[in-house]
Order: sequence, then structure tokens, then C-alpha cells
Amino acid sequence: MSKKESTSRTLLVALAVSLVSSVFVAGAAVSLKPVQIENRQLDKQRSILAIAGLGEATMSAREVKDLYNSRIKARVLELDSGEYSDAFDPKLFDPLKAARDPKLSDALSGEEDVALIKRRERFTTVYMVEQDGKLEALILPVRGYGLWSTLHGFVALKSDLNTVVGLGFYQHAETPGLGGEVDNPKWKALWPGKTLFDDAGKPIIEIVKGGVDPSSAQAGHQVDALAGATLTSNGVDHLLQFWLGEQGFGPYLAKLRTQGV
Amino acid sequence: MSKPSVKEVLLNPIFANNPIGLQILGICSALAVTSNLKTALVMSIALTLVTAFSNLFISMIRSQIPGSIRMIVQMVIIASLVIVVDQILRAYAFSLAKQLSVFVGLIITNCIVMGRAEAFAMQNPPGLSFMDGIGNGLGYSVVLLTLGVIRELFGAGKLFGVEIITLAKDGGWYVPNGLLLLPPSAFFLIGLLIWALRTWRTEQVEEPAFRMAQQVITKEAY
Repeated sequence: MSKKESTSRTLLVALAVSLVSSVFVAGAAVSLKPVQIENRQLDKQRSILAIAGLGEATMSAREVKDLYNSRIKARVLELDSGEYSDAFDPKLFDPLKAARDPKLSDALSGEEDVALIKRRERFTTVYMVEQDGKLEALILPVRGYGLWSTLHGFVALKSDLNTVVGLGFYQHAETPGLGGEVDNPKWKALWPGKTLFDDAGKPIIEIVKGGVDPSSAQAGHQVDALAGATLTSNGVDHLLQFWLGEQGFGPYLAKLRTQGV
Repeated sequence: MSKPSVKEVLLNPIFANNPIGLQILGICSALAVTSNLKTALVMSIALTLVTAFSNLFISMIRSQIPGSIRMIVQMVIIASLVIVVDQILRAYAFSLAKQLSVFVGLIITNCIVMGRAEAFAMQNPPGLSFMDGIGNGLGYSVVLLTLGVIRELFGAGKLFGVEIITLAKDGGWYVPNGLLLLPPSAFFLIGLLIWALRTWRTEQVEEPAFRMAQQVITKEAY
């Protein structure tokens, strides 16, 4: 056996290559992180604007920032009480980080956890579009598990707190072409105008397979499922049930309804 | 084997020894990212850079790599480069990175990169290996860009997202072929490209795997 093929030499080469590669990869990841975080924030702001029906998809980064800052108001909300909280700065508060913090979140039992998110944060950020001090649209963050990944998105409601303005996901890793079609503008266009709640304020929106019959009385709160993506469609259905229900924004929306917006 | 010249390793893979056209490697990503020219271009650049640099680094340490773990060492180097490319895309071309999604990561498993590392960089000096990587990247890019142009132009009437042919639904005359936007169309196009390439350069035509025996019974079977 030549010297090059000896066990110790093999281990040494493996170690050296791994070490150099990991330094290289870690260096790139760390040095590029600030730019990536800014990109992600911008992407989130862009999708909030798109879901609220403001601006256009071709806006530059600057325009997105300006429009976002002038039109969208973010507030931190305590989910259980439905009250706004000033304990956190809405610009810096990260609900996803809170959901991982045992002090700021609660574990969900199997029955409650229809959206399969495991832990729910106690506080979250909601976004409002206001015109002359009156609420025009309310944008609620939603998330839940689809087939492969957690879908992160927003649902925007009109000031009647029932009609959908838009729904969209800014982050997911569903199968491109099947579940990934949650990003398809044609599918997203099915949502505006749908109603989410019945008269008692319970979420009745549902995703149905085989097409919505437009003549049926339920058509107003039914949306076509995605073809070939049953589990992603179920995921979207479940996450809406969860976030619009008692565990999610139910108390907040009930409060808004009785006290007026 | 005589030492190949720089010109040879750089230009041969474009038509004479095209990684997609002759070696039929890297088909998966060629189907997935060519529905528009922009993603095809970014993918081409990413793959060219990864192949070139992985060839360079592997060639630099080729005399140190023990045979028993050479594949893993190659994989580590390729994977590190791909992660760096992915990170850079995420930082400076976020929306493109979102569209390319998993395919940037899948450059790791692209047969062209691994194939060149194993077949060329392990035996040749770094400079030449780097050029070989660029050359093969160009060969891949030529096919990807051709597919991208055909698919985007005839599938959506656009190039780089800029309208070239006004579509019928916007008041023009052209009714786009929707099939071209779906991945299977790239299969047909690659097939046609290979046909064209082999008609032009007949030395690429393979020997048939078998020949049908001549008919020896003159009477028809009952």
C-alpha cells in the first residue's frame, strides 16, 4: 500500500478538506446574512402589499419600502385577549422567534393543533391599511403545515372583517408545479370576495375538491382545491381554520366586531 | 493520451462533445429551468462557475486525494461551492433564487460537475481543468439558452420577460403554444437538438445496439 492510500493519510485528507470547506461555507453564510435578511424583509413587505391589493409586482425595492411605510401600520397583538400590546416594538418583534421561545408561546395539544405548528406564540403582529383613520384592510399572518413544509402567509380582510381581500404565501417549500401552485396568481385570484365567517363568527371558509358549484348557497365561502395537491390544499384549509378560530385571531376579531373598528 | 490544448478543452464541449447533446447529462435541470430565459441564464452561469471552480480545486489537490475517498472529497468540494453560489443568489438575486428554488441546490447532483471532476480534473493540471470546466459549462449553457429562447419566445411571446410577439389575447396575432411552458416540451426540444447536431456532425451518431437479422424465409407465414 502506497503512502497516499494509508488509513492515517486518508483521515488527514478527509479532515483537511472538511475543515477548509466548512470555513469557506460558514464564511459565505455569515458574511451574506445581513443582505439576505434585508431581502427577506423586503419580500415580506412586498407580499403584504400585494395581498392588500396595493402597488404593483414590478415595484423597485425603494418603492416597496416607501409605499409600505406610508400605507401599512403594524401592531403587536396579544392573541388570547385580543388586545393590542405595547410591550414589543412591531418593527422588531418576530412572531416566529416568539413561537420557539417557551416564555412567549404555548405548546398545542394534538387536538388543538389542526395547522400542525406545534407551538403558538402569545403575541403576533397584525398589519392594517388605513385611509383617513378608518380601517380599509386588516392583514393577518397565518401559517401551517402543508405536505413538505410550513406555509407562511397572510390573509387580508375587508373592513367588514369577513370578506377576503387577498391570500398569499411568501415562504413555503411545496412541490413545484403541484403544491407550489399556491403561488399561482390564477389560484390566488379565486380568494378575493370569499367570506370567511358565518353569522355566529365561526370560520366556515373551506377548500373543496372537484370544483365549486357557483349556484350553490355555499359558493361564497368555498374555494377550489389545487389539482394534484390534496395535502397542500388541506394544509391551507386547516391553517385558516386554526388562525381564524378561537386559538388564533377569533378573540381579536370578536372584539373588533363588537367594539367597532 | 496526448495532452489536450486549452482551445480544445474550451471549445470541444460546445458542439463536438456537448455534455447534454452527446453525453446526455444534466437533463433534469435543463427541463426545469428553461421555461424562461432569465432563469436559464442564471442557472447556466451558476453551473459554469461551479464546474470550473470544482475542477480547479479538485485538480489542485488531485495528487493528495486517496483513491478510496476521492468521490466523497469531490462531493464535499462541489457541495461547498454550490452552497456558496446559493447564498450569493439569495443575497443579490432574491426573486430569481426563489424561482430557481431547489435547482441551484441540485447542481450538487448534476452529473456534468461530478463527471468532469472524475474524468478530467483528477488527471489534468489546474489551469487546464479550470478551462475544461468553463468549456463544459458553456456547452451546457448553449443548450439551456437555446431551449430558453425557444420556450419563452414561442410559449409566452417574450424574451427576458420583454414582449417580442404580441399575443392574441392582448390584441396581437400570435396564439402561444402553452405546451412549451411545461417541462415535457424541453424533452422534445432536446431530442430535436440532438437530432440536428448528429445530422450536422455524423461522427456523433452511435452504432446501433443491434441490427435486425435479414429475412431468410421467402414464404409468408400462415
